Amino acid sequence: MSAFVGKYADELIKTAKYIATPGKGILAADESTGTIGKRFSSINVENIESNRQALRELLFTSPGALPCLSGVILFEETLYQKTSDGKPFVEFLQENGVIPGIKVDKGVVDLAGTNGETTTQGLDSLGARCQEYYKAGARFAKWRAVLKIGATEPSELSIQENAKGLARYAIICQENGLVPIVEPEVLTDGSHDIKKCAAVTETVLSAVYKALNDHHVLLEGTLLKPNMVTPGSDSAKVAPEVIAEYTVTALRRTVPPAVPGIVFLSGGQSEEEATQNLNAMNKLDLLKPWTLTFSFGRALQQSTLKAWGGKKENVSKAQATFLVRCKANSDATLGKYIPGASGDSAASESLFVKGYSY
Amino acid sequence: MSAFTSKYADELIANAAYIGTPGKGILAADESTGTIGKRLASINVENVESNRRALRELLFTAPGALPCLSGVILFEETLYQKSSDGKLFVDILKEGGVLPGIKVDKGTVELAGTNGETTTQGLDGLGERCKKYYEAGARFAKWRAVLKIGENEPSEHSIHENAYGLARYAVICQENGLVPIVEPEILVDGSHDIHKCAAVTERVLAACYKALSDHHVLLEGTLLKPNMVTPGSDSAKVAPEVIAEHTVRALQRTVPPAVPAIVFLSGGQSEEEATKNLNAMNQLKTKKPWSLSFSFGRALQQSTLKTWAGKEENVKAAQEALYVRCKANSEATLGTYKGDAKLGDGAAESLHVKDYKY
Repeated sequence: MSAFVGKYADELIKTAKYIATPGKGILAADESTGTIGKRFSSINVENIESNRQALRELLFTSPGALPCLSGVILFEETLYQKTSDGKPFVEFLQENGVIPGIKVDKGVVDLAGTNGETTTQGLDSLGARCQEYYKAGARFAKWRAVLKIGATEPSELSIQENAKGLARYAIICQENGLVPIVEPEVLTDGSHDIKKCAAVTETVLSAVYKALNDHHVLLEGTLLKPNMVTPGSDSAKVAPEVIAEYTVTALRRTVPPAVPGIVFLSGGQSEEEATQNLNAMNKLDLLKPWTLTFSFGRALQQSTLKAWGGKKENVSKAQATFLVRCKANSDATLGKYIPGASGDSAASESLFVKGYSY
Repeated sequence: MSAFTSKYADELIANAAYIGTPGKGILAADESTGTIGKRLASINVENVESNRRALRELLFTAPGALPCLSGVILFEETLYQKSSDGKLFVDILKEGGVLPGIKVDKGTVELAGTNGETTTQGLDGLGERCKKYYEAGARFAKWRAVLKIGENEPSEHSIHENAYGLARYAVICQENGLVPIVEPEILVDGSHDIHKCAAVTERVLAACYKALSDHHVLLEGTLLKPNMVTPGSDSAKVAPEVIAEHTVRALQRTVPPAVPAIVFLSGGQSEEEATKNLNAMNQLKTKKPWSLSFSFGRALQQSTLKTWAGKEENVKAAQEALYVRCKANSEATLGTYKGDAKLGDGAAESLHVKDYKY
């Protein structure tokens, strides 16, 4: 085979397929300590371990939420945390049919000689770290590569570096039993139109799949986490149906059918926008040989965070809010979402932050 | 779009989709004057224009054959030839619902410093030639790249040269209204097993699709003509189901869903083998977002040629032999071939010629 078929091949294929189950998706709860700090300060909550534990417990134990999820991405600290009655989060998730995943990259660094373009680090001892995470119960991993659109960006260097980094990360994961989520995020920042985003997304994805092939990655045991194809943040918005058409067309031109599922990132989209766009994609009458679902962070948690405000007495209300978003996105993966059902104004708030770094 | 938008875009997409119509496929009748000479010699027929014309008339007017076909690939000479009652072949085909195609490459030349590897020539003035062919009624083109399996082959150099030659040819065709059939043939010669062939096929196809993306080719307006994945010619044969499994898996890992159809070459397979393998692929229950059909030369014409033997009185029987193979392959594209085709003389005969040159 061109693909490396290691001892974990069958398990990887099974896990990737399960994560892509229609009706389910991923909660990205892998905010680093620094990033969750920013979220907390927006609701006046202190960034200490007990609060980080309390937030994740709130999310994971929300009644009715876990059936809408096939996976949760965790930050390393959370992988080893427990619920207040002493049960490891990882076990709690597993018992409820949700696969624990782990963020393994170590953030971005600038590429010298470019106009602010970056590459992602984290390859050193990645194999050993993956082994540890596997032992702790993780069964998939995530690595975020970042590209931007500009007059001369993304450059060929940035595309090559990020594609190769993703491929190297992916094969190391597979050697150690973790399904790699391949995330080549093309930022929305800019005044470009949707056609430009489509062209860049297609070029980037094409490079990514060439790199994965070069590195002998088993595509059946991977997932793709791309941006949706949209106009730039400084450009006029377009309807979900337009986003759906451009996004699915870009994916049809670049993603081989062997990939079982595509789990979109939400970028700076509001909770409601992200759900409507995902819904429109699943309603589109175009042949799609991979499932289209979500891997949302902010677009699942925004209104929940606001409802919680760090207060114990708000937990129930926050959990109900979280369930609304989970259900909405679960419906969206089936093309069954009815917009406006939740009526929560926070859900329509844009979550766009210029030059967003995790 | 990443793809270049030709004024012919809609037409290219419609024609490519039409060629992939289930139940239909392509007759490759584009043997160069030299190559058809070898065929004619094998049945003791003189290689003169009138005989070449007579053969093609026999094929194109065979009762029942054209409904099984969506396209016929022609050599340049044939594009301008007529039936005995003065009707242009191109018009006979069009009236029969068959798109005329044209071979545009100019054969292979060796790559210096390699172990007998080749690249394909024909790019000079290709745009002009395509325009002329379009005027003459052609709506698709074909260019054959050749790779081989050996100790150190295919080399990265050969893969790159052939992939980028195919991509350049493809975009020039699209600029001039012709759907490019992309043919990266990996020769069956050798004693390697099916796994080796699969690995090489996946590597070559991944390189092709990266090259096509780099050259802004509109995938929806192309077709792929690959080899099936089989053991080498000096290795033990395997069942059609095994060939089907390895072939479809290789395609799932490399061919984006935007490609509407895959039209297999028959290589050195006998007529019956080629049909059975195609049939098994279409029976396979797995993701196949492109239709799987045929573009057979020898595997459609072998028994027809033998039956004809250049004699007027054999034309009817020869045409029946062609119909038998066309019908069998038409059923194979639907997975309904029962293996009961009345086997013509030579239908089970291997058509393998070592290191085959057209």
